Amino acid sequence: MMIEHLPILVVMVPLIAAYLMPALGLWRKGLCHPLATASTFISFCISLVLTKYVMTYGTISYHLGGWEPPWGIELVVDYFSAFMCVTITFISLLAVIYSKNYVDKELPKGKTTSYYTLLMLLIGGMLGVVVTGDMFNLFIFTEIMSVAAYALVAISKKKESFIASYKYLLLGAIGTSFILLGTGYLYIITGTLNMADLSIRLQPWYGSYVVLAALAFFMVGFGIKTALFPLHTWLPDAHSIAPSPISVILSALVIKVGAYSIIRVSFTIFQPEFVTEVMPIMSVLTWVAAAAILIGSLFAISQTDIKRMLAYSSVAHIGYVILGVGLATEMGTTGGILHIFNHAMAKGALFFCAGAIIYKTGLRNIHDLAGLGDKMPITAAAFALAAVSMIGLPPTAGFFSKFYLCLGALEAGAWTFAIVILLASLLTAVFYFRVINLIYFGEHKQEEHVEVDEVPPSMLVPIVILALGCIIFGIFVGIPLSVVGPAVELLLGI
Amino acid sequence: MIEFLLDNFNYWVCVILLLIGLYAMIAKENLIKKILGLNIFSTSVLLFLISLADKEGGASPIIVPGVDVYVNPLPHVLVLTGVVVAVALTALALALTIKIYERYGTLDAEKLMEL
Repeated sequence: MMIEHLPILVVMVPLIAAYLMPALGLWRKGLCHPLATASTFISFCISLVLTKYVMTYGTISYHLGGWEPPWGIELVVDYFSAFMCVTITFISLLAVIYSKNYVDKELPKGKTTSYYTLLMLLIGGMLGVVVTGDMFNLFIFTEIMSVAAYALVAISKKKESFIASYKYLLLGAIGTSFILLGTGYLYIITGTLNMADLSIRLQPWYGSYVVLAALAFFMVGFGIKTALFPLHTWLPDAHSIAPSPISVILSALVIKVGAYSIIRVSFTIFQPEFVTEVMPIMSVLTWVAAAAILIGSLFAISQTDIKRMLAYSSVAHIGYVILGVGLATEMGTTGGILHIFNHAMAKGALFFCAGAIIYKTGLRNIHDLAGLGDKMPITAAAFALAAVSMIGLPPTAGFFSKFYLCLGALEAGAWTFAIVILLASLLTAVFYFRVINLIYFGEHKQEEHVEVDEVPPSMLVPIVILALGCIIFGIFVGIPLSVVGPAVELLLGI
Repeated sequence: MIEFLLDNFNYWVCVILLLIGLYAMIAKENLIKKILGLNIFSTSVLLFLISLADKEGGASPIIVPGVDVYVNPLPHVLVLTGVVVAVALTALALALTIKIYERYGTLDAEKLMEL
């Protein structure tokens, strides 16, 4: 009886927790963290059950309030949605656990309650985007997610936080307005907002200027949310200034949810043939993504602030995801979607490590990190492991997604992109090995961090889990592939 | 040509408002004016949705005997939700502006960039 309500519960558990949080915070501040952990954990378990259910019985369609689609709002959980749900709840759970000690030290006094409230809203918003089967719902959940993200960037103690948040808000608002405009365009010619219904009713209208304009608005709108290359200007500030657990969620999940929306719009609402052949928006995306990969990596090399370097690296890696999707071949799309998960783990671990280093030493400049390998051996080892996965050396998880991307590029006959991927891997190696080299072999310049030691267990455990995940899901790459494979077949209609 | 312009005047108004809003967000230096631009921008999208719901001679969408033509109620519902979202965004943006003013003593985007 319970099982049929799981698609809505996975969204509602964090959202209800967000409503309870302010009241709970007034009563006992100490209870906020347990509530956040519990609700995210419940969501994580529900996502696992949903994935199992989808793998056994196929796509789940849930009718909100009992109204039949296309009139009522429909929630659809297919392989791709289930995959995104597990990724989101897994990383979020670790970020919430990590927050416990971090919040007490790194946030201004009295912000604990609002921090957890916004965090729950952010997680609920992201889950809503990936399970919904309705265009307008997608817009609303994108807004919930974005507004929470803007506020969480501003909550940081850093001096520039308000300006970074303002910049993010202004650009993000343009993006969401474009998404709403695109939704309006689709509604004007089809009279429906349901995704499955739209994909059928739109077919006679392919080639109409209204459809083309709607597609363009969606690509720009979601492009801003995804921080796809020319629209990425808000990302380095927002991601480097936000508190570290939020940087993890922003970098590993929020921009991926934007990528999810791009994939949904181009392959579910429109047919794969339309976006690749009739209106070749996909080949535009591949070139933009290739530029994002190269320019993101080049900018990352020139950064000295560790979190800013990681933020620019995210610009490059969202390029990999979009490149794989843009190729629209089976191998390429598999690589792109697999990279969502692998990059989430590796970048999560890296931002957690950066947060741990800042927590203990307050240092952000990579040249000051010299010799930290002796003081914080576990954090340093996790950083190295995750960095290797980002570069894409076997047997880490990052290797397999890049391998699939290269195969996809060759399969599509676009060997230029295979070269871009290999070249960018070299560039990535430049800036990650520089940091690893400094951490392990650099000379102590200052005596001030003599008594620095490892961070508390609540911060160390998420770091270790994600770093080990980079290896485990590299060796057993079949586990994520068993969900990604059918997801790609369903999306591309093979 | 004139007829084409007149028949679709609601869309033209939306396009003009959209461009005014976008211009204000990009070109104005004052942070409050940027927020005003944002409001004009999002309102133009909402107006567009409202205007496409209208039907000539349509009654309000409540079933009454003897009335056949109703306006489409769905866009109104969407716009109501959109208005709530826009209010939340504006409130957050204004709160941030207050905080920026408290911290830096200026709202000029160019001066803020130099800091």
